[in-house]
Amino acid sequence: MTNRFSWFNATSLTLGMAFLYLPILILVIYSFNESKLVTVWGGFSTKWYGELFRNEAFLSAAWVTLRVGLISATVATLLGTLAAYALVRAGMLKGRTLFSGMIYAPLVMPEVITGLSLLLLFISIGMDRGITTIILAHITFGMCFASVVVSSRLVAFDASLEEAACDLGCTPVQAFFSVTLPVIAPAIVAAWLLAFTLSLDDLVIASFTSGPGATTLPMKIYSQVRLGVTPEINALSTLLIGFVSIGVILASLAGKRAAVE
Amino acid sequence: MTPPFAPWADPDAKPLIEIRNVTKRFGAFEAVRDLSLAIHEREFFAILGPSGCGKTTLMRMLAGFETPSEGEILLDGQDLSPIPPAKRPVNMMFQSYALFPHLTVEKNIAFGLKREGTPKAEIAERVTDIMRLVQLTDFARRKPDQLSGGQRQRVALARALVKRPRLLLLDEPLGALDKKLRQETQFELMGIQETLGTTFVIVTHDQEEAMTVSSRIAVMRAGELAQVATPTDLYERPDTRFVADFIGEVTILDGIVTAASRGGVGLSVMEGAPDLRIITPHTPPAGTQAWLALRPEKVSISRERPADADNALAGKVLDIAYLGNISTYHVALPDGSIIKAQESNRQRADRRGITWEDPVWVAWEEDAGVLLLA
Repeated sequence: MTNRFSWFNATSLTLGMAFLYLPILILVIYSFNESKLVTVWGGFSTKWYGELFRNEAFLSAAWVTLRVGLISATVATLLGTLAAYALVRAGMLKGRTLFSGMIYAPLVMPEVITGLSLLLLFISIGMDRGITTIILAHITFGMCFASVVVSSRLVAFDASLEEAACDLGCTPVQAFFSVTLPVIAPAIVAAWLLAFTLSLDDLVIASFTSGPGATTLPMKIYSQVRLGVTPEINALSTLLIGFVSIGVILASLAGKRAAVE
Repeated sequence: MTPPFAPWADPDAKPLIEIRNVTKRFGAFEAVRDLSLAIHEREFFAILGPSGCGKTTLMRMLAGFETPSEGEILLDGQDLSPIPPAKRPVNMMFQSYALFPHLTVEKNIAFGLKREGTPKAEIAERVTDIMRLVQLTDFARRKPDQLSGGQRQRVALARALVKRPRLLLLDEPLGALDKKLRQETQFELMGIQETLGTTFVIVTHDQEEAMTVSSRIAVMRAGELAQVATPTDLYERPDTRFVADFIGEVTILDGIVTAASRGGVGLSVMEGAPDLRIITPHTPPAGTQAWLALRPEKVSISRERPADADNALAGKVLDIAYLGNISTYHVALPDGSIIKAQESNRQRADRRGITWEDPVWVAWEEDAGVLLLA
């Protein structure tokens, strides 16, 4: 086996990477553009980042997004973990396949449909739309992802570990907290980071379920861009890319640790 | 000389564990059926049987992970059924070892003591002692995934033993080890059991393992006890064809009991052949269907009919299994049944000069076999 790439592999890899990342790279470069014109290079500057942090509308949207992300990721992870635990442990339960299918279905459901159905639900029960409804919507789809991540870890978890803990003096609840939880903790962390990241960059579902006064960052960017791209948007997008990449990298690291153990 | 260890033979001895008419049902399936058994203090007791015979269910009832559908299990005369696993003076070593992957060897072993609220100094002392006993001192700070199979097995053993249980349950404890390591570990296990004096109950499907380690063996079949006896008795005096066949190698010949005489009976196994002479304590009436169980090492093979043999039959060599230290000959009798004869190869086997298709005689003493009625 050779470690060196053949020129064919190197070329195809370069082209593929360029296709995926060149647009993002251009966006990042232009966020440091001195000029107000987005497509004309006017020298290096970080002034748009400064502008961004003085823009009230962006800051409040960022604050909304952060709150939605933190709350929805936490609740989604909690519910997703419980669902995964119940489904993995209730091996004999009748209709188990149906239940797990129903939990995983929203993963492949078009976001427009999820958003629309939630909107209809909120209208029919007369719920005022705002940050609460966005959080609820994000919990709904975040939970599916969290339960997939956690259950893949639980399937590999040896149930006799819990019995051993009971045998050594734990009640079943103590056994869960002193053995099961620490062992699956990396998967739970990965699930939380995934749910948080997904909430951070969701546009479609948030647009359907938000109301006046509750605008998330992706929504704000989208509405701004329709009026024309400004260098501020480039700066903001660069920051978002940074956050999301860090989230995804941490999630995959945590997931990898879970798999190794 | 100390008398041999045999509390089960003493009618006044109080058993540590008494299983009384226990039945366990899973739905319509009876995993254990009306089983009664007494296990004594300091015994190394083996529960042996093919997979699915109910041995694991029986052990899980002792540990408290299953409750009997009927009957009761007593420890020191006290009913165990209302006591949860956490509170029983019984610990279990799991087949998968079930080591906690997020804790070091030391913390795995200390886990049970911490739960009990044992003072810190005492925990440290007892953990150190038990690690020395199972030779794990050098690995105290390793995590389970940094250990070999044999080391993991010893951590699991230490973790269960450190709580000083009245009864230690071992579920196929050596199943995951390779053969050589398994044999070494069997002797280690016996040494540890003798040092600590804890009562051990081991569940296994490996009859060699059960024979090596235990003081008594219970052979289970389809949820019931087939026989409970010492390894020697089980091998030399099985009660049934199932036990004879399950423990070691055996030839079983079926026949009809003929006349009884001189503390034994005759058994007609084949037309045209003389009746076989079998010494047996119970003499069934003539005409009863019975079986002769014959261990291959008690059968000799020769080219000429041995002059002084109690029983001898003529046959033809069908197969030879050469195992190095011994050779097993499969000899076909005229009626098609096969007798196994074993010779130890103290001299090189090729000098014996018996080979495939040779006409030979197999012979054995009148007290070599066991007459079975079931």
